[in-house]
Amino acid sequence: MLLIHCPYCNETLPEVEFAYASEAHIARPTRPSETTDEDWAEFLFMRSNVKGPLYERWRHVHGCGRFFNAVRDTVTDKFLTTYKAGEPRPDLSSLTEGLK
Amino acid sequence: MSQYRVSGRGRVDTARPVTFTFDGKSYRGAQGDTVASALLANGVHLMGRSFKYHRPRGAIAAGSEEPNALIGTRRGSGRFEPNTRATVQEIWDGLETNSQNKFPSLKFDVGAVNDAAYMLFSAGFYYKTFMWPRSFWDKVYEPFIRAAAGLGVSPIEEDPDTYASRNLHCDVLIVGAGPTGLAAARAAAVEGLRVVLVDENPEAGGTLLSEPQARIDGKAAWDWLAAELEALKALGVKIMTRTTAIAYYHQNMIGLVEKLTDHLPKLPADTPRERLWRVRSKQVVLAQGALEKPLVFHGNDRPGVMLAGSAQTFLNRYGVLVGKRPVILTSHDSAWYAAFDLQDAGAKVQAIVDTRADVDALLQSEARARGIAVKLSHTATATSGRLRVSSLRINPVAGGTVGAAQDIRCDAVLMSGGWTPSLHLFSHTKGSLTWDDDRTTFLPEKTPEDCVIAGASRGLWGIGAALADGAEKGRAVAEALGKTGAQVAYAIEADRPGTGVSHKELPTDLSAGKAKAFVDFQNDVTAKDLRLAVREGMRSIEHVKRYTTNGMATDQGKMSNINGLNIASDALGKKQPQVGLTTFRPPYTPTSFGAFAGYHRGEHFEVTRKTNIDSWAEAKGAVFEPVGQWRRARYFPKPGEDMDTAVRRECAATRASVGIFDASTLGKIEVVGPDAVEFMNRMYTNPWTKLAPGRCRYGLLLGDDGYIRDDGVIGRMTEDRFHVTTTTGGAARVLNMMEDYLQTEWSDLNVWLTSTTEHWSTVALNGPNAAKLLAPFVEGVELTEEAFPHMSCVECTVAGMPARLFRVSFTGEIGFEVNVPAHLGQKLWDILWEAGQQYGITAYGTETMHVLRAEKGYIIVGQDTDGTVTPYDAGMGWAVGKKKPDFVGMRGLARPDLQAKNRKQLVGLLTEDGSKLEEGAQIVFDPKQAIPMTMVGHVTSSYDVGTTDQPIALALVEGGHGKMGETVYIPMPDRTIAAKITATVFVDPENTRLKI
Ligand SMILES: [Zn+2]
Repeated sequence: MLLIHCPYCNETLPEVEFAYASEAHIARPTRPSETTDEDWAEFLFMRSNVKGPLYERWRHVHGCGRFFNAVRDTVTDKFLTTYKAGEPRPDLSSLTEGLK
Repeated sequence: MSQYRVSGRGRVDTARPVTFTFDGKSYRGAQGDTVASALLANGVHLMGRSFKYHRPRGAIAAGSEEPNALIGTRRGSGRFEPNTRATVQEIWDGLETNSQNKFPSLKFDVGAVNDAAYMLFSAGFYYKTFMWPRSFWDKVYEPFIRAAAGLGVSPIEEDPDTYASRNLHCDVLIVGAGPTGLAAARAAAVEGLRVVLVDENPEAGGTLLSEPQARIDGKAAWDWLAAELEALKALGVKIMTRTTAIAYYHQNMIGLVEKLTDHLPKLPADTPRERLWRVRSKQVVLAQGALEKPLVFHGNDRPGVMLAGSAQTFLNRYGVLVGKRPVILTSHDSAWYAAFDLQDAGAKVQAIVDTRADVDALLQSEARARGIAVKLSHTATATSGRLRVSSLRINPVAGGTVGAAQDIRCDAVLMSGGWTPSLHLFSHTKGSLTWDDDRTTFLPEKTPEDCVIAGASRGLWGIGAALADGAEKGRAVAEALGKTGAQVAYAIEADRPGTGVSHKELPTDLSAGKAKAFVDFQNDVTAKDLRLAVREGMRSIEHVKRYTTNGMATDQGKMSNINGLNIASDALGKKQPQVGLTTFRPPYTPTSFGAFAGYHRGEHFEVTRKTNIDSWAEAKGAVFEPVGQWRRARYFPKPGEDMDTAVRRECAATRASVGIFDASTLGKIEVVGPDAVEFMNRMYTNPWTKLAPGRCRYGLLLGDDGYIRDDGVIGRMTEDRFHVTTTTGGAARVLNMMEDYLQTEWSDLNVWLTSTTEHWSTVALNGPNAAKLLAPFVEGVELTEEAFPHMSCVECTVAGMPARLFRVSFTGEIGFEVNVPAHLGQKLWDILWEAGQQYGITAYGTETMHVLRAEKGYIIVGQDTDGTVTPYDAGMGWAVGKKKPDFVGMRGLARPDLQAKNRKQLVGLLTEDGSKLEEGAQIVFDPKQAIPMTMVGHVTSSYDVGTTDQPIALALVEGGHGKMGETVYIPMPDRTIAAKITATVFVDPENTRLKI
């Protein structure tokens, strides 16, 4: 079971308190009706499915209830960091530096 | 004293005899024996039949890696367990055990004909043999596979035992309490760290238990061990025996299964049988040691052929000689010591046969000193003996040529093909491995976890090396945890480090095609099978594994993996690392379902949510159904009524007078704030701005893909407050979705969301007399058409209770939903029930609710929709706000595929012959077309117990809205049913019955 750090509660807690919420930094277009079919499909369906560090969202559903962002390596399943929703993407190179 | 027990040897207590049975026969062992050691003490080697060929088998090992000696154990009613390893099960007075895979008896087995029909069962036999002719499937192949499949017999009675689980947090968890683990524990414990040391055996000590000759710091091994365990306990180390580390999960969470009662003659009261520990440790030391490999040669599975190290364990730990005239067959130094120990204990070792030309001179002189014949550069080519080995056939090998054979008479063959580091838990961490050519094995390389691996599990042989490495790794983890870490050194005498070589199958002068040289004993896979798999095109070890089933038995190839790899890579002409190793997965050893289930069984399997009115329903004899985690009254049968009769009565009474229904489980979400209306506009398809406070509306929730996700009536209580209802099962999902949009897309909105599902009890009254019944209790609003029309809501007082009153209908009748604080639900219900008697009030359940709503064409999300249905498909385009700039799903609805003409659309169906359709049945336009037919939709709801003249159904049909009055067909196994497409509303299409 993973341990996950909630950036709002500022505590590292067991995975059972959290729910996965898909890839992060995919903003819903502010004027959906003005998007093309292609752009809308890109937003709705296309995900990066990376092997390695993935920006993703989690919700501290059985805690503070907040959605937040995380970077998790999909190969090792290790969390590289978590951060509040709305904060910019952390730089990957600084996160992967200290890894074994 | 039993025939093969050696006095003065072993750790069992022969002064405390223990009697148990095996296949109905009574045997005597000693306190501390396993079933295997006690049977061996009685000269019994034959303990089971093999899985595929039903070949007679005995214990080949002494520990949890044992593939052959699987037995059933019984302790009275309900306590039967198959596939227990006889080498692990401790005996107690009265234990009943039996052998497996035999018919009619262990000594004479009819299934052994499989052994003669060897050709039928070679590699890939599952894929080849059962292919043809097709007609053989039902009568011949399937019964055969079913009878042959699986090991042992499943228990059929309910398990009366309890299973517990606990969490444990520590600084250092050490897996394996051999010399490595003990030294690591000391190094960490002296630094004041919280240390947990676990071992699957009944006592700690590991190799030390099998090597009493060693001396550590001037003390005999066992004296040192006893003192060291006391010292570790004094340092606060938690030592857990009979505890298997079954799995290594993420971030240093390790699953342990502690066996608490299987070794006890009397079950203590209130003690679980097993306890699952979820350990979260800052650092982990893996010190699981190494497992000995068999040698692969014809007849290497005959009872009496076993691992040399295990024979040594049986002697030194249990005081049992596995044979009086053993022969040693080895490619590693370690087996020489087994020979010496057995010889010194009174056995007459017939010979030490070593495949190597070059063996340590010291070992050779020790053998000579004991008068043991030594045969170097030899191979073994066969064994003989019916149910027990009686001779070993050996041949000299010179320059790659196998010379003339010689038979050595014996009663046991003790073999060693070298040692394989136990890397199972290391592999669970996604640790990488590296091939070591010298030791012909994989060694651990890197792991992403905070974990070190020490001692024999990283290829270091001997007690001295184990202690030194354990101490060093213990120091390293202490340092990683911020301690200084002191160097500890141990002085070892009479240690037995050694070297050896690893082989593919041994060379032979006999026909290789007829050889039964076993690699995987539990799945009966031979060297020939592996070569055949390669010949037939398998290239990756993963394919070879699946084709032959090598390493796929319950022992996960603990003994067979490296031998299998050596043979496969030889056949492929590649180096082992190019062929690769299969992946080890949890659990390390077979684990009971009970341990995993723990407390989650019976009523504790899942929570049962009950409404405040639940006990009333129960007292009235309601039949319940689970909906999500709720239990809901499905119908209220009167004596003698079945479901159909009861539902027919409930439906009729509700349409005729008044029905009462517990709707408390409906999901409820309070949406509050200055921007509440804007939030609702963006979330739901409907327009909300113009909805006046005190009015409610049916709301439809889509996903951004445009498909229906949920629905419910939503009341605007005040300008800035909405009372949202959701489907019973959808409440949590809807709230999560709302929170998602609110928190991450529309953080500009000033809105609060609160789940209020459990804050309200909801009592629904439906029927022509509903208003008449309710009106006298309501203060604050007149229940007239003018003052409180359909789709009104108000905060008021009902029977003196604060209430939110909704005038809504899910039945097509005059309807009210009265929400009162949850704890007042039953009180309100009682009052209405009492007052309703004059109207013949009838309680109805979910089944009647489903029928009545279907008669009105109201959908149930998840039943009439399936995640691919748009509001237009469902005939609810009217619920979509066309003038809004945006709502969730609006852009999705504009996708070309969702605008397509021939989408499946919700329609009504009436069968021509008046029969009831089956929900889920597929629909076709042309019943005469060839099979497979083109399916154009399916029946989503179907009832014949309502108030209509004939059965009704709802269905999704391609282009259905444009096919009113047309006939479609529903092919069933016995006949094809014709049905006419109709509108979805079957009762009162003009809604006249809604009027007070
Ligand atoms: Zn939180």
